[in-house]
Amino acid sequence: MCVFLSIVQMEDVIARMQDEKNGIPIRTVKSFLSKIPSVFSGSDIVQWLLKNLFIEDQVEALHLGTLMAAHGYFFPISDHVLTLKDDGTFYRFQTPYFWPSNCWEPENTDYAVYLCKRTMQNKARLELADYEAESLARLQRAFARKWEFIFMQAEAQAKVDKKRDKIERKILDSQERAFWDVHRPVSVYGLQNDIRSNSPTHTPAPEAKQPTEEELREQIKFWQAQLDRHRLKMSKVAESLLSYTEQYSDYDPFLCTPDPSNPWISDDTTFWEMEASKEPGQTRVRRWGFVINEVLKDPVGREQFLKFLESEFSSENLRFWLAVQELKKRPIREVPTRVQEIWEEFLAAGAPSAINVDSKSYDKTTQNVKDPGRYAFEDAQEHIYKLMKSDSYSRFIRSSAYQELLQAKKKVKHFK
Amino acid sequence: MCDQTFLAITFGPCDNCSQNKPLMNIYLKNEPINYCSLCVELMACQGLAKGETTNTLKAESESLKAKLEEERAKLHDVELHQVAEKIDALGQFVMKTRRTLKGHGNKVLCMDWCRDKRRIVSSSQDGKVIVWDAYTTNKEHAVTMPCTWVMACAYAPSGCAVACGGLDNKCSVYPLSLDKNENLAAKKKSVAMHTNYLSSCSFTNSDMQILTSSGDGTCALWDVESGQLLQSFHGHSADVLSLDLAPSETGNTFVSGGCDKKANVWDMRSGQNVQSFETHESDINNVKYYPSGDAFATGSDDATCRLYDLRADREVAIYSKDSIIFGASSVDFSLSGRLLFAGYNDYTINVWDVLKGTRVAILFGHENRVSTVRVSPDGTAFCSGSWDNTLRIWA
Repeated sequence: MCVFLSIVQMEDVIARMQDEKNGIPIRTVKSFLSKIPSVFSGSDIVQWLLKNLFIEDQVEALHLGTLMAAHGYFFPISDHVLTLKDDGTFYRFQTPYFWPSNCWEPENTDYAVYLCKRTMQNKARLELADYEAESLARLQRAFARKWEFIFMQAEAQAKVDKKRDKIERKILDSQERAFWDVHRPVSVYGLQNDIRSNSPTHTPAPEAKQPTEEELREQIKFWQAQLDRHRLKMSKVAESLLSYTEQYSDYDPFLCTPDPSNPWISDDTTFWEMEASKEPGQTRVRRWGFVINEVLKDPVGREQFLKFLESEFSSENLRFWLAVQELKKRPIREVPTRVQEIWEEFLAAGAPSAINVDSKSYDKTTQNVKDPGRYAFEDAQEHIYKLMKSDSYSRFIRSSAYQELLQAKKKVKHFK
Repeated sequence: MCDQTFLAITFGPCDNCSQNKPLMNIYLKNEPINYCSLCVELMACQGLAKGETTNTLKAESESLKAKLEEERAKLHDVELHQVAEKIDALGQFVMKTRRTLKGHGNKVLCMDWCRDKRRIVSSSQDGKVIVWDAYTTNKEHAVTMPCTWVMACAYAPSGCAVACGGLDNKCSVYPLSLDKNENLAAKKKSVAMHTNYLSSCSFTNSDMQILTSSGDGTCALWDVESGQLLQSFHGHSADVLSLDLAPSETGNTFVSGGCDKKANVWDMRSGQNVQSFETHESDINNVKYYPSGDAFATGSDDATCRLYDLRADREVAIYSKDSIIFGASSVDFSLSGRLLFAGYNDYTINVWDVLKGTRVAILFGHENRVSTVRVSPDGTAFCSGSWDNTLRIWA
């Protein structure tokens, strides 16, 4: 049977709560004519959680405690609604027999037996609540045919109960009631119902099949390929993650308030209007200088990059790269035609926008074009990308066109 | 236990080699067969050999896997959070709900942002898919799917269509019409077909291709116009619950996570699994790339979120606390990758400092499980969807 990890972990915590030495102090309280056995207060629970789970905030402890109560691990002794209050309200632990990990799915007949038994007990102490009385009436109608059988079971249980010690009975009665508070909650709304519903994605998985010989050979090939992989040292990787985050911190609205304001907070959409305008702001232009992908990602960046290359009569590389990107976005039906068009324009003998590709990629591409797919130009595109990165891009960033854009807004700001 | 004395009763043609010999009357899978003693011996040996082959292969696979873990561990010279000690801690965050979107009549299961940074699409258990202008909280479109539990939805890059699916095992695309009176359901296009529920879908950089993941254990890439399967991805041994495309202009990879506790990185062109990580103790509910594409985060039922780096080829951080015992359903990074927003089944959203590994904020507000968390395209806000039927925009 499938038990969620969260249930297992909750029960670990509950077990710790019940530990004799470090758990919650359980006591018997004197009240009017009788004694209330085996209780602790809501505050006790909150305090224990704060201390033992290293929670810094009372709100968080209360929230977690409420979820545990909704699952029925401890319950208020005088209420059907299973919630946690950070005060002197008395709570009792549920017996492990009734814990969710036992995968309880009690039937309505079980509930009927329970309610019927309750009516046989001392009415003064354990009178049915309104909703319980309603449920009992409904169940009597539903199970009219087998009511005699239900009654007999209830009688038998009541008999056993009567033989128990008074204190023991008090505790067991409350625990049984709490069990039904979980499985037949007083309200269709609220926490107790919600926690029981589950997503269809979390059904217990069927037994894993034994892998076949074929599958095992595949696995071995995979592990061997993984072993051949080149890995970087953690120190290097960590530095890389740190510097990336550092570089983009200014652009992260959660770390650095956007200029002039975050539209969601100020209800002012100026920030978005500025981004949408064809005039790129200084921060946006600065970003293009980080790495070539930033220029390629931003439509305005692409436009500026293209303009610069056209002024140098060297735009065919970028145009080829853009054309291949666009090719991959087409429906599969249009791909063969488009592949031909790109071939004619950039790679065929006498092409108007001839690009310079290494012979290996060229040969491969020639082959691919015969059976054109979306990745026909993959090798050529990779080669061209590397060229652009090392050559055209660095020239663009150093160009006066780019530098002017970078400074332009600064100047404007200055004269404001 | 083979008592030779009473077995060789009959004499005749062997069922296997057809030679006339003393036969042993034995039962194979409850079927009586008559083999001569030689054939019985041969059969027994073959069975043994086969078992041995599978066992040796298994052992080889296990030892290679162990060796891989050793190799990965060799380069682990420092912890991420140790290196991160030199950077400043983050200040106090004031993150509040800035918009609450009410309108779904049942659990919100999924949502996605439009590239215009303010519109979103959301889907719910009752089959309703709603497109909102989250900024004004107005509902702009609504579609009722013919199935319940619409667990996946996605906005097309052009903003002109949405894709969704769930228990119907399909992914369907609805073009969004500007004409409010037009019945969106009429224009619906069925694109993907799986043999189990659709758990997640995403457009690639184009309106023309969709990547899907399914409870049938596979992921697949589809051509939207024709519904043709372009590539399928096999390798998970259980339901695949989530996928995310690498945020690169040049790359062709994506990562997926599932109930087999594995996170796999795939090459879209070849369909090959290029890297695999298995350190979670329970189902991986969600996977998301770090903004640079060099790493990705996962949220799992084991109540932890983890960061895996592709260059180091291992898990590099775990985000967990003693007090967090319910599963993480959904994760996403802030624009710089410094913050990780994670939604949990205990109704909270925890915000983690990705580099230092500490929790910087816990957000209350939802009244039931948080099922989805997505940061907006320009990082100005993030949206959370919940089983309490609402969506919230936080900033």
